[in-house]
Amino acid sequence: MEVYDKKLTSRLFLGTAQYPSPAVLQAAIRASDTDLVTVSLRREAANGSGAGFWDLLRETGVRILPNTAGCHSARDAITTAQMAREVFGTDWIKLEVIGHADTLQPDVFGLVEAARVLSAEGFKVFPYTTEDLVVGERLLEAGCTVLMPWGAPIGSGRGLANPEGLRAMRAHFPEVPLVVDAGIGRPSDAAAAMELGMDAVLLNTAVAKAGDPALMARAMALAVDAGHKACLADPMERRDMAVPSTPVMGLADLNLAEKT
Amino acid sequence: MITIAGAGLAGLACAYALARRGVAVRLFERSGVIGADSAARYAGGMLAPWCERESAEEEVISLGSRAFDWWARITPVHRRGTLVVAPRRDRAEVARFGRRTREYRQVGGAEIGALEPALAGRFDQGLFFEGEAHLDPRRALRDLARAVVDLGGEISLGTEAPQQVDLDCTGMAAPLPSLRSVRGEMAILRCPEVEISRTLRLLHPRTPIYLVPRGDGHYMLGATMVESDHAGPPTLRALMELMGAAYALSPAFAEAEVVETGAGLRPAFPDNLPRLERRDGTLFLNGLYRHGFLLAPAMAEAAADQSMEHRDENTREFRTA
Repeated sequence: MEVYDKKLTSRLFLGTAQYPSPAVLQAAIRASDTDLVTVSLRREAANGSGAGFWDLLRETGVRILPNTAGCHSARDAITTAQMAREVFGTDWIKLEVIGHADTLQPDVFGLVEAARVLSAEGFKVFPYTTEDLVVGERLLEAGCTVLMPWGAPIGSGRGLANPEGLRAMRAHFPEVPLVVDAGIGRPSDAAAAMELGMDAVLLNTAVAKAGDPALMARAMALAVDAGHKACLADPMERRDMAVPSTPVMGLADLNLAEKT
Repeated sequence: MITIAGAGLAGLACAYALARRGVAVRLFERSGVIGADSAARYAGGMLAPWCERESAEEEVISLGSRAFDWWARITPVHRRGTLVVAPRRDRAEVARFGRRTREYRQVGGAEIGALEPALAGRFDQGLFFEGEAHLDPRRALRDLARAVVDLGGEISLGTEAPQQVDLDCTGMAAPLPSLRSVRGEMAILRCPEVEISRTLRLLHPRTPIYLVPRGDGHYMLGATMVESDHAGPPTLRALMELMGAAYALSPAFAEAEVVETGAGLRPAFPDNLPRLERRDGTLFLNGLYRHGFLLAPAMAEAAADQSMEHRDENTREFRTA
């Protein structure tokens, strides 16, 4: 897939938080075959730095998508994005403006505002949004060329809370890369998102908090690939009536047993 | 004579292991007071190998299991176990924690209340790791330093180490390229109204915390994990999370006095396990991460083994030359 004129070979984006150790994170990145990982820039990193951690991430050779996780206002997110550009040397930014501390639901008003400012400053903005179509339109007007609707609240692992909303979004924005971000708990959730025609899936907790993160990363990669291929293959429609799936090869002679 | 740079937890533990084997040791410590500059100053002091297994490799158990007796020779070790609880809405966290760990038994509300009356009626599900223990880190550092001196070891405080030492235990000051620091923020509360006798862990999907009794109505509350080498004071967010968790354990903590807040930098390697590394004639012990008191005994004994082998080899070479 292509976003902001860059080709990405994997449709799975991986978050880098909450792993037992950077070594386990590196193993998960390798097992997932991802080429894009998100990194949160906490404010401490600007004073001191998380240099040791970034170095370990860079070793993996993947592209880094800094995020503004934990920002609760447009202003805060804009500042964090500007700091992230300095620290990571990239103008890609996953824009999160959190509106609600408990559900971590995006504040879509602050999101559109921050997206407009950052796009004008040359940032390539990946907005974490809801499945709301009007908000999606506003984000595109603000300069985004990719949308990242949530599957369910961040870290909840609940899967796709509103698949119909995502389906509508796909239909409404046929040409815009759509990435389901947040809420994926299991590979079946990731596959379901891809079957809906999403372009990619971004997840973190489901892999980081699995008993074997690298194995789960692999499972997610396979599921994303399976869902994507299934979507391309044009799946059958669901129906209520059974249709026999065994070919009919002649008719059984029920008297045969008695004859012999 | 074996020279050691750094009289923090790692340096003192190595000195003790060597001195007990009859080896003359000399420690050089930049700061003027034992523990003043040490990451261990901010530690919880939990000897909790089975709980730590939740997010660490199997080595925390295999290396950590000898810590109890090792420390008990030096400083009081409180073998009261660890009680792990979660608020009702985060009950799934208890199940997850249980799947990743072992050597515990499930406890219901009644038993939680019997173990720690201060928690009675507040939690209806938990895990009790009976074999775990805790100690007071600052006291343990002092006791360990005294034990080293009693065994004839020499500790030079306020003194830079010479260029070449046999053992380097200088934590984040060591020139090891794959070493990084993981910041931890903590607080110490004084709350004599609340009586808790063992380590508590409050599971929470965002901010799991622990509370370790320090005796005399004091409790240590920790600790955040931030990938950063910023050593400044704790942030408001971190303190809010810590305080909120203490309040969730028991609302009586609302009246606690916050007698100290602090932040330390844990030295860690990429796998978050400690390592012994030999470079240019110096043996480095580093990367104790959040398992200092748990893993220092095993690592110090291994460092002592290697130091003595190295010394003996050098002596042999000298003789045959």
